[in-house]
Amino acid sequence: MGLVARPDHKVVSYAPESQEGWVTSRLDFLVNWARAGSLWPMPFGTACCAIEFMATAASRFDLSRFGMERMSFSPRQADVLICAGRVPFKLAPVIRRIWQQMPQPKWCISMGACASSGGMFDNYAVVQGIDTIIPVDVYVPGCPPRPEGLIYGIMMLQKKVMNERMSDQSIRNEMEPDPSSKLYIPPPVIDELSEPFGNSVHQTRSGL
Amino acid sequence: MTDPATVPQTLGPAPNAPVPKTPTNIPHRGGPANASAARIKEKFPSAFVRAEVVWGETTVFVRPDAVFDVIQYLHDDPNEQYAYLSDVTCVEYRDLEQPLEVVWHLRSITWRAFIRIKAQLTKGARLSVKSVWPIYKGADWLERECYDMFGVEFEGHPDLRRILMWEQYKEGYPLRKDFPLRGRFSRAEQLRQALAANPEARYSMEELKIADAFEDLPSDMRKRLLGGEETGE
Repeated sequence: MGLVARPDHKVVSYAPESQEGWVTSRLDFLVNWARAGSLWPMPFGTACCAIEFMATAASRFDLSRFGMERMSFSPRQADVLICAGRVPFKLAPVIRRIWQQMPQPKWCISMGACASSGGMFDNYAVVQGIDTIIPVDVYVPGCPPRPEGLIYGIMMLQKKVMNERMSDQSIRNEMEPDPSSKLYIPPPVIDELSEPFGNSVHQTRSGL
Repeated sequence: MTDPATVPQTLGPAPNAPVPKTPTNIPHRGGPANASAARIKEKFPSAFVRAEVVWGETTVFVRPDAVFDVIQYLHDDPNEQYAYLSDVTCVEYRDLEQPLEVVWHLRSITWRAFIRIKAQLTKGARLSVKSVWPIYKGADWLERECYDMFGVEFEGHPDLRRILMWEQYKEGYPLRKDFPLRGRFSRAEQLRQALAANPEARYSMEELKIADAFEDLPSDMRKRLLGGEETGE
C-alpha cells in the first residue's frame, strides 16, 4: 500500500506472508499522511521571495515531490498559505481576507525575513511580521531563502501535520482575541513591551 | 526660430531637428542651455526666475502661479511641442530653510528636446499649484502620488486622493522630512487602522464592470453591495 510508518506512529501489519495484505493503522495517521502528502499551496508572493518560490516550484527543485504541484490560485481550494515577501499595511486586510477564505484544515508558511518580521523594512508602510495578522505555522528565515530552505520549511510543516490529533479540536479553532480574557494584552501594553524595537514614537531619525 | 508652417503635424522628429549623437564631456554645471529656456524668459518675463544647466539638462525655475501657463505654452507652441510629460514629482531638501520644489519633466519628441520645470513652494503656507491635468491626462496618477507623499495640492485635479497609502491614512505625508521613518502612530495602532480598512468597500459596481453579472453574485455579496457597506473608518 505504500504506507511507510515510523515507529512512533505504530503501524502494525499482520501476516505479511499471506496473500490478503491487510493493514491496520490509526485513523489519525492515515488522515495526516494523506494531508501531509497533498498540501496544496496558495502562493501569496509580493517580492523577491516569490522568485525563489517560483524556482522551488519549477522543475529543478520540483515541488511536485511533496504533492504540491497543484498551485491553488484560489484560497478556497488551498491548504497552505505561503506568504513570500513583505506585506505592506495596505495589503494587511487582503491577506487576512484570503486566510479567512481558506477552508479548514489550513496552515501558513511565512517565507523570508520580511514576511516573518518586517525584515529591513522597519518603516511606516510595512507590517512587522505577518503573525500580527494571521497565525503562522512555519517561519522560513533568509533574505530570500534558497529553495532548499523553503523545502526544509515544507518538510517541517509536513512533520507538524503528521503529529496532529483529530481528537484535539482546539487546533482548528479560529478565535478573535477576546478583550475580557485574562490572557488578552491590549495594544498599548504590547507597544510598551516592544520598546525600543517596535515603537516609533520617540525616535528622531529625521534630524528634527 | 523656425517657421511654424514647416513644422510637421505628425509625431516624430522634425526634419530640421538636431540629429542626436552620443554626448561626451558634459560639464556638471553650465554648457549650452535648451533654447526653450530663453523663449520662456522672453514670453513670461515676470514668471521666469532662473535657468540652470546640470549635466547637460536644462532646468527652468518659474513662479508657482505661472507654471500652468508656461507648460501650456510649451505644449501648444509649434516651436516647442513638448507633447510628453514624463514625470511630475516633488523634492524636499534636508535644509529646512529651502523651499519645497515641484518638478515637471517634459519631453519634445518633435524637437528631440528635454526640459525640466521647477516651482518652489514656501513651507508653512498651503502647498498648492495648478494641476496640469487639463493639458496632459497622464498627470492624473503622478499628481496623486505627489499629493499622497508630499501633501502638495494640485488645483483643478479631477480626483485628488491618496494613491499609494490607503485613503483613510491619517499619519501625514510620508516623504516629508518631518515625517518619522516609522510613522507617527504606534505599530499596534497602525495595524488596527490598516485592518479596519475594508478593501472590498472601496470599489463601486461601476468600477468593477461587473454590473451585468450582478444577479450571478452570491446572495450575501449582493446584499453587501446593495446596502452600501460602510468602510472600516
